Amino acid sequence: MSTEALHHAHDDHGHHDAGATKVFGFWIYIMTDCIIFATLFATYAVLHNNIATGPSGKEIFELPFVLIETFLLLISSFTSGISMLAMHQGDKAKVIKWLIITALLGAGFVAMEIYEFHHLIEEGIGPDKSAFLSSFFTLVGTHGFHVSCGLIWMVVMMFLVSKQGLSDTNKTRLTCLSLFWHFLDIVWICVFTVVYLMGAM
Amino acid sequence: MFGKLTLDSFPFHEPIIVVTVSIILLAGLAVVAGLTYFQKWGYLWSEWLTSVDHKKIGVMYIFVAMLMLVRGFADAIMMRTQLALADAGNAGYLPPEHYDQIFTAHGVIMIIFMAMPFMIGLFNIVVPLQIGARDVAFPFLNSVSFWLFVVGVVLINLSLGIGEFARTGWLAYPPLSEATYSPGVGVDYYIWALQISGIGTTLTGVNFFVTIMKMRAPGMRLMQMPVFTWTALCSNIIIMGAFPMLTVALALLTFDRYLGMHFFTNTAGGDPMLYVNLIWAWGHPEVYILILPAFGVFSEVTATFSTKRLFAYSSMVYATAAIAVLSFIVWLHHFFTMGSGANVNAFFGIATMIIAIPTGVKIFNWLFTMYRGRVQFNAPILWTIGFMITFSIGGMTGVLLAVPGADFLLHNSLFLIAHFHNVIIGGVVFGYLAGFGYWFPKVFGFTLNDKWGRRAFWGWLVGFYVAFVPLYILGFMGMTRRLNHYDNPAWHPYLVVAAIGAFIILGGILCQFIQLYVSIRDRKDNMDVTGDPWNARTLEWSISSPPPFYNFAHMPNVEDLDAHWDNKEKGIAYKRPASFEKIHMPKNAAAGVFIGLFSVGLGFGLIWYIWWMVILSAAGILATMIVRAFNEDVDYYVQVDEVARIENAHHDVLEKNASSHPFVTQV
Amino acid sequence: MKKKTCLSLMKASGLLAALFLSGCDDWVLMDPKGPIGQSGKSLILTATWLMLIVVVPVIIMTLVFAWKYRASNKNATYAPKWAHSHAIEVVVWFIPCVIIGVLALITWKTTHELDPYKPLESEVKPLHVQVVALDWKWLFIYPEQNIASVNELAIPTGTPIAFDITSASVMNAFFIPQLGSQIYAMAGMNTKLHLLADEPGTYMGMSANYSGSGFSGMKFDTLAMSTTDFNAWVEKVKAAPQPLEKEQYTELVKPSEANPVAHFSSVESNLYQSILNSYGSYCQSPSATALNSHEALNSKAGEEAQQVSMNVASEE
Repeated sequence: MSTEALHHAHDDHGHHDAGATKVFGFWIYIMTDCIIFATLFATYAVLHNNIATGPSGKEIFELPFVLIETFLLLISSFTSGISMLAMHQGDKAKVIKWLIITALLGAGFVAMEIYEFHHLIEEGIGPDKSAFLSSFFTLVGTHGFHVSCGLIWMVVMMFLVSKQGLSDTNKTRLTCLSLFWHFLDIVWICVFTVVYLMGAM
Repeated sequence: MFGKLTLDSFPFHEPIIVVTVSIILLAGLAVVAGLTYFQKWGYLWSEWLTSVDHKKIGVMYIFVAMLMLVRGFADAIMMRTQLALADAGNAGYLPPEHYDQIFTAHGVIMIIFMAMPFMIGLFNIVVPLQIGARDVAFPFLNSVSFWLFVVGVVLINLSLGIGEFARTGWLAYPPLSEATYSPGVGVDYYIWALQISGIGTTLTGVNFFVTIMKMRAPGMRLMQMPVFTWTALCSNIIIMGAFPMLTVALALLTFDRYLGMHFFTNTAGGDPMLYVNLIWAWGHPEVYILILPAFGVFSEVTATFSTKRLFAYSSMVYATAAIAVLSFIVWLHHFFTMGSGANVNAFFGIATMIIAIPTGVKIFNWLFTMYRGRVQFNAPILWTIGFMITFSIGGMTGVLLAVPGADFLLHNSLFLIAHFHNVIIGGVVFGYLAGFGYWFPKVFGFTLNDKWGRRAFWGWLVGFYVAFVPLYILGFMGMTRRLNHYDNPAWHPYLVVAAIGAFIILGGILCQFIQLYVSIRDRKDNMDVTGDPWNARTLEWSISSPPPFYNFAHMPNVEDLDAHWDNKEKGIAYKRPASFEKIHMPKNAAAGVFIGLFSVGLGFGLIWYIWWMVILSAAGILATMIVRAFNEDVDYYVQVDEVARIENAHHDVLEKNASSHPFVTQV
Repeated sequence: MKKKTCLSLMKASGLLAALFLSGCDDWVLMDPKGPIGQSGKSLILTATWLMLIVVVPVIIMTLVFAWKYRASNKNATYAPKWAHSHAIEVVVWFIPCVIIGVLALITWKTTHELDPYKPLESEVKPLHVQVVALDWKWLFIYPEQNIASVNELAIPTGTPIAFDITSASVMNAFFIPQLGSQIYAMAGMNTKLHLLADEPGTYMGMSANYSGSGFSGMKFDTLAMSTTDFNAWVEKVKAAPQPLEKEQYTELVKPSEANPVAHFSSVESNLYQSILNSYGSYCQSPSATALNSHEALNSKAGEEAQQVSMNVASEE
């Protein structure tokens, strides 16, 4: 067969394009995560009127507060993009610098969300109050959990990049992280629209 | 300190459990002692547990699946004997609180911890070899998936000796599975065993999807992939679509139980119907995840042992894809009786029936593959023929259940039980066992004893009919599932016959193990020296048995559907390559094992409310991942002389034995 | 020795035959006692015959092909490359399509005819029964007669029975096989079922959905009787020693297994509605409250919410 004729071209099969395969795989993983969020949105849609003895969304949502959260996350997506540009330029210090800014913005977002949750629970409006609140806390909380995981990942990447530099592996990882971050941004836009905007109206 | 765990959590007062657990502990001790005595710990650790080789991971998957088959089948025998005894006021020997755990465990174990790992084991062993790849796309992730699955197995089996298992039925419908009605740890065991292994399965889905899309040998177009790989692809796509929904359904139930939320409770606006929808939105695709690869095995087996091309390949592929798509829009047929209205019921009923069309086409395609072939009657083809007959009947009863008007009478009856065992035993189990016999020589280098294989087949086939035809009839007699005892005298004889059937199946299973024993004993006489014991058609048979750890010294170039057969016809198969190159391979990784160990701690801590254990384990998992990320020493090159040594040794054996293997002599 | 085996074989086959033949009376689904059960039965039979049109040939072909083309039969044609035939492919797609097409039409028609929510057409005024699944017994409330019974359902023959069904605990399914369809009983939700018994008799009724440790004992006798007998039964129940008020109900909901039959001479007004509301999945949402007060017995809220959950789920 033609193995002999072709083997030179393919001796490294599965290695030289490993980065591309990983990014492709990460896209696929994001699709499965998408289904998780889709299911949570569906749950929220089913339960959002079941407020039992608790308040409705209209009574508890504070749009200006959430708008600030939204902007923090949107800007962090932008800064994460800058860090990717820096990666393509091969500027290690700049990558880390913009990662730190992104992480700070993300941490601000998470902090605000924790504050919002804490505030609600303090007032007795916790997730155990009604089905609506259960689905609200879970949907928003799952997003917040993802952002927190992204933050841990980001911190790990800062150390990795500073220790190992912009190796191929680290570039792939940064690409995946940036994909993840943009994905969370898109999910948040949906959360903001479906939960907060539509809920407050 | 130990949360809810106290001495009372150990069921010392249940003689059946005490004996079972003692036997398991003794067997475990014997294994540990044996490994220590023969100093095999190092071998086990470096060759198996930390391996990222897809073939070894596949073997470990199937090994665990076999163990779980025994466990799940023990549950089945107990249920059948209980019902054979518990008539006319007799309580039988299993009180409801024990019996209800058994049928729950039986369902969960057979589907999640027997069929799924068996299937994923076959994917692991076969798919990379069939597409001419050296490993899966993400070998380390593969190891992690396996260990997460093992965590589920460990947790569900811990429930036997520590605490209890769920008494809710295998899908744990709320409100019964809510803390109000199931306050014990049983449902928590259920949740965490499924949740952790389910995450592993999702990762497997991603891994194999990427493997098949990105790692195919040069020249292999999608429409040239072997049918098993096609079914694996579709099955993994369904996994990726369905398992995240399971993750969510279980997570929401978890929040209800642990945090007092109200997703599925009776009170405060909860909606149990939502859970039923979510769990079946996963659960129905799940059965197609299982059956499609079995269809793939039958396609390979029929073509190989009919010594003929598979009939209507593209029709087969389109039928597979159609089933995969349709599998997502039929889940409501599991609860027509919820009262969703005639239009909704009719839609889902008809959608379900439509699946019978591609499935029927597949059966005809296998039939016409045998037509004008040369059918060799060994165990794998017997499983196939047994499947075609049994599955046709199971398909028929399935379509019957899809007619809402009929389902209103047959729903939740033993007719339903007979139906899904009909398709799962007759389809999934027969398929996987056919695949087991078919690919066994590829993995271990010697063929299985066919005589005992045929006996196993007859045991299963006859046992199946004796056990489940009475259940079909009992369905018509109005007997519902999950009854612990009954007083209808008409039911009793049928339940006795069904119990006898279960024992005949037990005979089949025993034959399967005897087959393994006999085959290993006589392996010297049944060595597969060519790597192609069946004169087969696809790429996995073009290399030695067992394959070298790197699979292919040179990437094959694919020009036809049955790539290996094509090469044999062209007279270019089995050729000794003139030169070799170094090969890039991943290194073993212990991180998967550690993630698994920490996950056991995580699951156990969560089940028993031992919070320090939860925190430590979670930190352990995170730390393992970070350490792994910092490890740059994850791969290496196999040097040319080692490749040359391995390949030349294979070709020496091949040439020496060529004369006795007609299809090799063409070399 | 041989004779002995022969004898025991005969005995065994005789037993088997007896099993399958004698049993026919016990095949309750094949022995329906009302129009719904009758339609269900004929639907099952029609669908089965239709499918056998494909299944039987497939089984025969499997055996014939496997035997005819066995490797040792060198006389059979061998065409190792023959893997495609337009004619065969058209046929194997076409035949299942036709059969499923016919079945789909039947399904569409019968699903609407046998919709459990659809009232039965009859000259006779329907009898209304409210069914509550408890742990682990059935409570039947007769609002028009103002009586209630546990684990015993008496109905007049020839009269359509309109059931409203709910649960005060976990999910169950209300099922009388010989009369026809079953439907789930769920807390906070109201499902409906319409059945009719043609002839007097005692028919077994049960829960068809597993509900916990007392599930096996959760069954009841359905006593179908003439209108006169039914009226006598009502009078008998009215003479029962105790009514069903809050106090007795509180006692009744406590879990119990294999509960004996019990009668209650009167029922607290709106008991069924208050059971339904006490699990207020939906009663708090404003639209649901309005509907509940508007039409006490129909609980549209439950249905509506149910529709919502179905719709959303199908959007996924």
